[in-house]
Amino acid sequence: MAEIKTQEFFSASQVSIQDPVLRQALIRVGTGFDGSRLHAIQEVTPELWEEWREQARQIKVHTLDHLDYYLDLLEQNVARAGGQVHFATDAAQANAIVAHLAQSRGVKIATKSKSMVSEELSLNPVLESVGVDVFETDLGEYIIQLADETPSHLVAPALHKTKEQVAELFSEKLGLPHLENIEDMARAAREVLRQKFLQADMGISGANFLVAETGTLVIITNEGNGRLCTSAPRLHVGITGMEKVIPSLQDLAVFLRLLPRSATGQRISSYVSMITGPRRIADEDGPEEFHLVLVDNGRSKMLADPDLREALYCIRCGACLNICPVYKKVGGHAYGWVYPGPIGAVVTPSLVGLKMAQDLPQASSLCGACREACPVKINIPRMLLHLRNGLAESPDPQEKAATKSAGLLAKGYAWIMQHPALLGLSHRAARTLQKPLMLIPFSPLTKGGSGLGKVRLPLLSLWTQSKDLPLLPPRTFHEIWRQELSKAPAGDSKNEGSLR
Amino acid sequence: MAENQVTGVSLFATCIVDQLFPQVGVSVVRVLRNLGVQVDFPLDQTCCGQPLYNTGFNSQAKQLGQRVLRSFKNNRYVVVPSGSCAAMMRHFYLDLFRDDPELLEQAQELASRVYEFSQFLVRVLGVEDVGAAFQGSATYHPSCHLLREMEVREEPQKLLGRVSGLELKDLPQAETCCGFGGAFSVKFPHISEGMLADKVANVAASGAETLVSCDMGCLMHIDGALRRQFPAIRSTHLAQVLDSQS
Repeated sequence: MAEIKTQEFFSASQVSIQDPVLRQALIRVGTGFDGSRLHAIQEVTPELWEEWREQARQIKVHTLDHLDYYLDLLEQNVARAGGQVHFATDAAQANAIVAHLAQSRGVKIATKSKSMVSEELSLNPVLESVGVDVFETDLGEYIIQLADETPSHLVAPALHKTKEQVAELFSEKLGLPHLENIEDMARAAREVLRQKFLQADMGISGANFLVAETGTLVIITNEGNGRLCTSAPRLHVGITGMEKVIPSLQDLAVFLRLLPRSATGQRISSYVSMITGPRRIADEDGPEEFHLVLVDNGRSKMLADPDLREALYCIRCGACLNICPVYKKVGGHAYGWVYPGPIGAVVTPSLVGLKMAQDLPQASSLCGACREACPVKINIPRMLLHLRNGLAESPDPQEKAATKSAGLLAKGYAWIMQHPALLGLSHRAARTLQKPLMLIPFSPLTKGGSGLGKVRLPLLSLWTQSKDLPLLPPRTFHEIWRQELSKAPAGDSKNEGSLR
Repeated sequence: MAENQVTGVSLFATCIVDQLFPQVGVSVVRVLRNLGVQVDFPLDQTCCGQPLYNTGFNSQAKQLGQRVLRSFKNNRYVVVPSGSCAAMMRHFYLDLFRDDPELLEQAQELASRVYEFSQFLVRVLGVEDVGAAFQGSATYHPSCHLLREMEVREEPQKLLGRVSGLELKDLPQAETCCGFGGAFSVKFPHISEGMLADKVANVAASGAETLVSCDMGCLMHIDGALRRQFPAIRSTHLAQVLDSQS
């Protein structure tokens, strides 16, 4: 599996939020990807868009409810088309299957089109360890492979790099002169990769969808590299998560409408490749062998949990990242594993362990923008709440991560809120003390504007590092009600305790 | 006067209004009474339990939720001056009590009566013009739970649009979260502050003199930063604008 740094979310996000290059890139994510998505929705009309979303969701609900049946059907139809399906329970097994295929067929060079699952498995180092040179051929993936980094976005893996950084990388790693514009850099990469496409013995691809009724692997790309990877080498290995299966080609139609529009705002991607088995006798080209590796790696655990199952509906469009105010502040690397953003905050704890990734479900204001943007209507906030509940209350010590003090705070809060009379008394005491306290030297309270400036008390100090806190008003609403409002008409107590 | 006759409602003031911003509750009562609606206030109410539910402490959240179910066991509408607390009572209780059929039934019954303040005025009473007057310009921040859980999008702006003398200005990127998120704001202060900085910049860019919202949590968050950076911009709950006669 890919290296897990999810425990470092807090410190990593503190650093990334300060990165001016990343900030500019993340602003472009909002205006570029998300703006284009919204434009595309307007074009098809929001009403029709809603119909498509619901239709797609229902297909996912149905397929995941009958996953064993559709996987079986897929396997049969891949075999009927002359290919072979391999099921892998975890990353080690998946990597071993691909490594064995490479070794037994004498593979020296492999080209790869974009695959997040292969990132999840850390497939490349395993192949390299058995003597295979692996070349990423998606331009973004190629850039981060050269830089020895990981993707920071589901759709745009090298989003965090500027063109100047890429130019520097190309001149350092490829020995090219410093290139000024993006077209020249793309051309340079193309020249290198074109050779590799011709030399490669094995092509590796991911899959956006797998069609059970025909045994077809569907990939959606914009660069054409996917086609070269899956047709030029003598061996094609598709590798993806087992949740990518859908029943029929008819079902595919709605996803082909939703995915490009949600990802980049395109009506359709430049290439939609539908691959069914290896080359047939009459075909002029195409691979001699086709293998499909279907990876579980924690997915069946999600499938079994009714509260997390819908995370498997995800089609990896990245729309939830592009709209997420947290992702747009901290970027993808802070999340510490392969899948960032709102969907990553659900998928990652499920795949690497809840305790290990405990900050991810907490690092959300639960604003719900992700759910609104999701083309298959995944209720991400509700799943984050479910994961938080596990962190706070799970009977499983592998999951529970809440500190003793957090537990005590919750109990104390619930207790005082069940004793309104005591709550009223403590309000009275605090409001009486707050003003004299502000006047004492070295007091934990200082005046700021018309409220409290710096407060040196737990939690409140974190609040007041960037903003003031209002003072407690002279009466609670309970008191005003008892003293005035209950004796209607509404009393004249207009200026107590409003903000300003 | 209200188009649709509703004799009485129960007010759930919310703990933040009770403890920090009682004037908001006073304004809610005044606006409703001016429209001929009787208002009662069950005295044993405190908090809906959302701060606990949002941090995963569902057992404790249930204790407070059950308290709300008991306090509001009548057949009146429940009016809540907060999209967030209303969402808790209308939607999240159904999740919280899903394993207890008896409490779930009570929660479903309560959910059918819970309305956020602006939603109640426009959708239940059928009122858009409450006869308020307010001198100056204002911009409206739609709080996330009001927008996306309660699906209240137009109502507050309809009400503001009918306030005499009030000039309503557009808020750029209005529907982006302010970064409050309850415990999130102190658990990840650096991220929350980054989101807040964008919101404050957009409020300033709107050119409005007053920021209006329907959730005191979000308003307390945004106003805390406005006080330091743009002290001339005031923040106020929608109910207080609708209660203005100046």
